[in-house]
Amino acid sequence: MSEAVAHHDDLHDHKPTGIGRWLFSTNHKDIGTMYLVFALIMFFVGGAMAMIIRAELFQPGLQYVDPLFFNSMTTMHALIMIFGAVMPAGVGLANWLIPMMIGAPDMALPRMNNMSFWILPFAFAMLLSTLFMSGGAPNGGWTMYPPLVTQLNDAFPFLIFTVHFLGISSIMGAINIIATVFNMRAPGMSFMKLPLFVWTWIITAFLLIASLPVLAGAVTMLLTDKYFGTSFFDAAGGGDPVMFQHIFWFFGHPEVYILILPAFGIVSQIIPTFARKPLFGYESMVYATASIAFLSFFVWAHHMFTVGMPLAGELFFMYATMSIAVPTGVKIFNWVATMWKGSMTFETPMLFAIAFVMLFSIGGFTGLMMAITPVDFQYHDTYFIVAHFHYVLVPGAVFALFAAIYYWLPKWTGHMYDEKLGKLHFWLSVISVNVLFFPQHFIGLAGMPRRIPDYNMQFAEWNMISSLGGFVFGLSQLLFVWVVIKCIRGGEKASDQVWEGAHGLEWTLSSPPPFHSFTTPPRVTDAVAHS
Amino acid sequence: MLFIKLRNILCACLALTVLTFPGPVLAEYGLNLTQGVTPISREVYDLHMTILWVVTVIAILVFAVMFWSIFHHRKSKGAVAAQFHHSTGAEIAWTIIPILILVAMAVPATQVLIKMEETEDTEMTIKITGYQWKWHYDYMNEGFDFFSALDETSNTIRQLKSGLNPDEHENYLLEVDNPVVVPVNTRIRLLTTAADVIHAWWVPDLGWKRDAIPGFINDNWTYIEEPGTYRGQCAELCGRDHGFMPIVLKAVSKEEYADWADEMKLAAAAAADESGKTFTMEESMAKGEDVYKTQCAACHQANGEGLPGAFPALKGGAIATGDLPGHLDIVINGKAGTAMAAFGGQLNDAELAAVITYERNAWGNDTGDLVQPADIKAAR
Repeated sequence: MSEAVAHHDDLHDHKPTGIGRWLFSTNHKDIGTMYLVFALIMFFVGGAMAMIIRAELFQPGLQYVDPLFFNSMTTMHALIMIFGAVMPAGVGLANWLIPMMIGAPDMALPRMNNMSFWILPFAFAMLLSTLFMSGGAPNGGWTMYPPLVTQLNDAFPFLIFTVHFLGISSIMGAINIIATVFNMRAPGMSFMKLPLFVWTWIITAFLLIASLPVLAGAVTMLLTDKYFGTSFFDAAGGGDPVMFQHIFWFFGHPEVYILILPAFGIVSQIIPTFARKPLFGYESMVYATASIAFLSFFVWAHHMFTVGMPLAGELFFMYATMSIAVPTGVKIFNWVATMWKGSMTFETPMLFAIAFVMLFSIGGFTGLMMAITPVDFQYHDTYFIVAHFHYVLVPGAVFALFAAIYYWLPKWTGHMYDEKLGKLHFWLSVISVNVLFFPQHFIGLAGMPRRIPDYNMQFAEWNMISSLGGFVFGLSQLLFVWVVIKCIRGGEKASDQVWEGAHGLEWTLSSPPPFHSFTTPPRVTDAVAHS
Repeated sequence: MLFIKLRNILCACLALTVLTFPGPVLAEYGLNLTQGVTPISREVYDLHMTILWVVTVIAILVFAVMFWSIFHHRKSKGAVAAQFHHSTGAEIAWTIIPILILVAMAVPATQVLIKMEETEDTEMTIKITGYQWKWHYDYMNEGFDFFSALDETSNTIRQLKSGLNPDEHENYLLEVDNPVVVPVNTRIRLLTTAADVIHAWWVPDLGWKRDAIPGFINDNWTYIEEPGTYRGQCAELCGRDHGFMPIVLKAVSKEEYADWADEMKLAAAAAADESGKTFTMEESMAKGEDVYKTQCAACHQANGEGLPGAFPALKGGAIATGDLPGHLDIVINGKAGTAMAAFGGQLNDAELAAVITYERNAWGNDTGDLVQPADIKAAR
C-alpha cells in the first residue's frame, strides 16, 4: 500500500483501516477481493451440499438423509453455486481487472460497487437461514416451478426475496461495468482494442440487465400467487403453470451465458500468453460472443421441450438452438488456431485453460445432441443433462476461474504461487472431475432421472464411481485454498510482466499494483493493447 | 524397479476393483440409450446414434489438432511462435462447414418430430394423471380406472436407514402395485395431465417422455410391437417422493388385454357396490389401514407422526381427534397451498369412510368414530 500513497495525494483519498477498510470500501481491488473471497466461501458451502448429494447416491437405498432434505440440497446447491459462487467470482474478476485493463483509476461508480457487493452476504444469510426453518429449505428445484414451489412452507418468501436481492446486486454490478468501460477507457483504447475479457464482460453485463428483471417479475408473480390470491400460474384460477417456465427460461438461458462468457474472456487472455502468439481471429471472437448473447434470447424453450408445445414451436427452438453451435464452434477453432504454431509452455493457468477448451467442448457437444428435439424427449431431466451442464459449468466455467486466479494472482499479490502445488491441484481436479461427471452420461442414457435420492441397482456402479470422483474433486479444492493463502503470504517476487508472453495494460503496472490503478491515463499503443 | 512395482500395484488394484463388483450386476448396467420397442423409439435411437457419431468425429478431429500442437509447438522443443492472427479462408470454412452439418442433421430430426406429433387415428385412449406420488390410469373407452403406486417391498426397503438391502429386490423402485396394461400392435393415445404439481410420464422403451401438467392435457401416442414389461419413472421433480413413483407398462397380446379389461370392469362394478354397504369397526379399520398405507403414509408416515414442519402429525393431531365434519372436509376437499390433495376425486365413498375411521382410531387416537360410506356421500 505504501506505493499507492506515493502515487496519489488526493485529499479525499481516505483509507479506513481494519474492518472499516472492507465495510466502506469503494476501491475496485478491495471490492474485487471481497467478491472473490465470498465466491470461494460459497463454493465450499455449495460444494458441501454436493458432497451430501453424492454421499446419499453412493449406494442404492436411503442411508443418510430424508428425500425432502435431499431435494433441498439439490435446490440449494444450484442456487448457491450459480448466484453465490460463479457469478460473484466473475464480478470479482471484473472489478479487479477491468480498470487495470482499460487504463482507469477505478470503477466508474465506486459507492454502488460497495453496495452491490454487500447485498450478497445478507442475501445468502437469508437463503441459508431457511435450512433451519419449519418445512425446510427450498426443495422444489432452483428453477422454482409452480405449483410445486408454492407448497414450500416458511422458506418461500425468503427464497423469493433472496432472488430479488441477488438480482438487484447483479444489475448494479452490470451497470457499473458498462459505465466504466464506456466512459473510462484510456486515450487510444478503442473498443476494438479492448482485451477480450473486457469485451465478454460488457456483453455479459448487457445480458444481466436484460434478463434479471424478467426473473424478478416471475418470482414476484409466484409471491402474489401464494399470498395475495392471484392465479398467474394456477390453472384452477385461469392461470398457466407453463407460462412460468417460459418466463423463467427467458431469463435462464441468458443466465447460462452470463456464467460462461466471462470464462471465454479469461481463456482468450491466457492462451495467447502461453502460446506466445496473438489471439487468432480477435474480431470474430468479439462477433461470435455477441451473436451467442443475442441468440440466447431465442432459444429458451429448449429447456422445456417436453411441456407439449406446438410442432412449429418445437421446430423453431430446435433450429435456433442448433444455430448456437456455429459461433461457439468459431470460438473453439480460434483457441485451437491460437495454439497452432505457437511456442507453448504449460504453467498452471495454461493447463486449466487447455482443459477448459477440451472439456467445455464435450459439454458443448452434448448440448448439440440435446438440441435435437425428438432425442431430447429421451435426454430431458435425466443424468445425461446433469452431466452436460456440469461439464460446461465445472470444467468449463469453474476451471476458467481457477485459470484466472493462477494467472493474475502474481500480479495482485506481487508473489508467484507455488507452481508445483498448482499443477498438483490441476491434475487432481482434471482427473477427478471426469471421474465425477463422465459416468453420469451413462446412467442418464440408461434411464436414471435427475433429482432422485435413490435408484435401482442397475445404476449402482457408475453412481459409486461418480461419487468417488466427487469426493476427490471436493477435497482437491482445499489444496487450491492453501495455494492461494501461501501466495498471499509470500513467495518468489513476481515481476511486473509476470509472464513472458503477457500483453495488456495490467502488466505495465507494478506487482502488486497501486491502490488506484492508473492515476494518469496510459498511452495505448498497439504494443500494449490486446495480444 | 520402482516403476515396475508401481505398475504391479496398479494392476492389482484394478483387478480387485473389477472382482469386488458383483458379477451378475456388472452385466446389467446400460451405457447407452435403449432402442425401445416402438417404431418411433427406434428412429429416436438412430437419431441419437447419428448425432453422437457426428460430434465424436468432430471432437476427435479438433482435439487431434490441439494435441498435435501441444506436443509439437512447445517452447521446450524449441518451437518459435508464428505471429499470424487470422486467416479469412479458414474462418469462412469453419463457419460454413458446421452450418452444412447442422442442416444435414436438422432434416431427419424434423421428419421424426413431425411423426411424433401426429396423434390422430388412434384406436384407444388412456388418460394418465400424475398425483403426489402415484399415477392414475383412466381407460376412457373401457370405463374403468385405477391408481398405480410404488410396490410395498420397494417401499419398505427405501425407508431411511431401513437397513434392508435393495439388491434383494430385482426391480427395486421400478415396481408398482397395479401396472398399466396395454395391447401390442395397437395405436394407443396417451393423454397426460396432473392433479397437483407437474410430473412427467416416462417409459424409455417408448422413446419419449411428456410432462403431466395440472390444468393441461398433453396428447401423445405409441404403438408397441413387442409384448413385455417396460419400466420407467416420473421425470419431473414433484416433491418429496419424486423418486418413488415408478411406471410399469405391460404390453400383452390383444386377447390377453381383452380378458384383463373384462376383469377390471367386474372389479369396478364390485367396488361401486361397496359404497352402499355398512361396515363394522373391524372391517373398516382393516380396509382403512390398506388405504392409508397407499394414499397417506408417504407424507403422514405409517406411524401417523408426519414430518415436523412439512407434513402434520395425525397421531393425536387436531384434525384426526377434532370434530368429524372438519376431518371429512380436509380429506375430501384438500387444503389449498399445501401438499394435502383433495381425495374426494381419488377415492370412492367406501375407501374414504374406511381411511377416516382408521385415522380417528389408530395410534391411540381412539375417538370411537365409525364413518360409513353414506356419511361420505352426504358430506361430498
